[in-house]
Amino acid sequence: MSDTKSHDVAELDMRERAADFLVSRHTFRWTEALPWLIAIACFFLFPNRMTFGNQLLIMVMFALSLDLIMGYAGIVTLGHAAFFGVGAYTVALASLQLGWTEPVSGLVAGGVMAGIFGAVVGWFILRYRGLTLLMLTIAFGAMLQESGNLRSDITGGYDGLPGLMFDPLFGYFQYDLYGHTNYWYVLGVLAIMFYIVRRIVYSPFGQTLTGIRENVRRMHAIGSPVHRRLVTVYAISAAIAGVAGALFTQTNAYVTLTVFDFDNSAKVLVMLILGGTGRLYGPFLGAAVYMILEDYFSKLSPTFWQLGIGLLLVLAVLFARRGVLGIAEDAGGWFAAIKSRGASAPRRLVWKREYWNALGASALDGAIIGFIAGFAVNLNQAGFMTTYVTSMPARAILFTLAGAAVGAGINAVYLLITSRTSVEEQTS
Amino acid sequence: MPHFATIAVSILFDGLAYAMFLFITAVGLSVTMGLMGFVNLAHGAFAMAGGFIVVSLTRSYGIDFVPSLVIASVLIGLISARFERRLYRRLYKATELDQVLLTIGLAFMAIAIFTYFYGPIPKSVPLPEWLEGDVNLGFRSFPTYRAFLIALGAVLIAVLWYGFEKTNIGAKIRAAVDNRQMAESVGINVDRLFTLTFAVGSGLAALGGGLAIQLFGLTPSFAVLYLVLFLIVVAVGGLGSLKGTLLAALVIGIIDTAGKYTFPVAGNLFIYAITAIVLLYRPTGFFGRE
Repeated sequence: MSDTKSHDVAELDMRERAADFLVSRHTFRWTEALPWLIAIACFFLFPNRMTFGNQLLIMVMFALSLDLIMGYAGIVTLGHAAFFGVGAYTVALASLQLGWTEPVSGLVAGGVMAGIFGAVVGWFILRYRGLTLLMLTIAFGAMLQESGNLRSDITGGYDGLPGLMFDPLFGYFQYDLYGHTNYWYVLGVLAIMFYIVRRIVYSPFGQTLTGIRENVRRMHAIGSPVHRRLVTVYAISAAIAGVAGALFTQTNAYVTLTVFDFDNSAKVLVMLILGGTGRLYGPFLGAAVYMILEDYFSKLSPTFWQLGIGLLLVLAVLFARRGVLGIAEDAGGWFAAIKSRGASAPRRLVWKREYWNALGASALDGAIIGFIAGFAVNLNQAGFMTTYVTSMPARAILFTLAGAAVGAGINAVYLLITSRTSVEEQTS
Repeated sequence: MPHFATIAVSILFDGLAYAMFLFITAVGLSVTMGLMGFVNLAHGAFAMAGGFIVVSLTRSYGIDFVPSLVIASVLIGLISARFERRLYRRLYKATELDQVLLTIGLAFMAIAIFTYFYGPIPKSVPLPEWLEGDVNLGFRSFPTYRAFLIALGAVLIAVLWYGFEKTNIGAKIRAAVDNRQMAESVGINVDRLFTLTFAVGSGLAALGGGLAIQLFGLTPSFAVLYLVLFLIVVAVGGLGSLKGTLLAALVIGIIDTAGKYTFPVAGNLFIYAITAIVLLYRPTGFFGRE
């Protein structure tokens, strides 16, 4: 009897904690003000980089819209640039064809158009999942781009529509060359969009989305209208992406069909992954990290930047699946654990036979990579080390050996870090 | 209407050559996706790497075009097997998103590395004499290289069909695509099977990359430029289906060629429209399984 009683007490306790969590999780925490304070501080710290700042904030908004469907509802898409593009072109064409140059109402128009488009496309494609859905998102984005190119007399094609003019903001604030007005404008719109997304995420509707992400079958089983929910959130997300696109056109006064590019969809996905999916501030951090790194490294060398972003993605998937914010959380948890445990126990390296096999395998991989590199340098008579080693076979051998050594070395360091177990764990 | 007939024959011939390239490159992707459900966006990178190995072997080492193709396929097959063992293996149970991200990251890295070594300018290969010029088939003459491509494609289809339908390994692969757990429980080592098919598929992609040099010219961005096309062929054909991949390659290849001949402004609109229509009506593709 006492067993069931204590069980009941434990369950009651759990329920209470769950209830507490549900009541308190959407309350505002002071740390949430931090990104906004930083954004405001940046205006005063880097007044000359405000055009870059505008682009950064627009990408944050774009990534936020993707987070809503991918991070919360679990819809993987590689065609989100389509909605960005619809918003961007709505504003541009309204200004050119209809003379509709009032910025705020243009923004609304861009969002509504993209939202309608998202609802229609979503109604068709959201019955499917996996590869089929991925391909359909790509296909619809590409079809829009190709249709735009077909009527390049209206859209300007890949040369774009330059020299768009917009009325002063609220009929009063003039745009300046440095993008100062635009920065406040974009930041204000971002704050509104963020508020909407935050409300959605913490609403019962947001909870059904998380449910669909975690287990579709169960959501069907409890009678949740899955398809309708997904189409709704897809349309909302498309509308936010459309607003971001509209802002892009308004702040640049210029738009080309490249906004529909597959690259654009992939880029925003990468930003979100770097920041961390399914969390409200992931898009902020991800977009900031990506844009700042890109700004710096692509000036040095675009090739180098491409290598870097590829490497970042691979490392993020293998080691930091929950993005930069996930790492921060892990580190926080680690410190808390150390604090509660007192001084950490002394650690000792335990060598196992598998490690030698692992080292051998990585040496083989390194050798293959080195061989290919040597082979490529040999064949093109260009690149590094060509001046030091002149004979072709010597260079190939040298590269192979160096590759093997580097491969084994990297793995040795990795093993040294990971194979250390504390004395505590060994004795237990 | 002789003029119409001429165009129709040209479309059919060029479309067939294009379809063979698509089939050779994409068939490995289809089988590996069907077998493991692994979304491998680095497939195009293997094709691109194969193409550059062919460029290097022919240009710098003076090896003939056809032997270079063979060497490149074997090399890429072996290297891809290492990749599978090292990296892909970790993500079989991960979500599609993780797989997409890892492999697109690898593709970006491959593009950057090959741009560093080979530069962004399109490369070409010296063809042997017997592949140059035109070949007369009685009623009219065709470019020899494309005829060679079609013939090679036909041979490969026959070989793959035999391997898939008539050999023991082919039967195991089919069993594993149908029901992986069942295949494992009757004692088929699906992991090893997968490494094998992955290596063969990447080797074929490298062959396709080598063959593509003459058709499109080869730049490092080949890795992602044609990737969407390969994925379309795989998705439209149905995962893990040889027949489906062939049918999809033929449909996409011929209709795209027809579109480019008759209505060049539309670009790739036809391909994407077909993809959307097929997938909306048959979400698992022509011969895909639920």
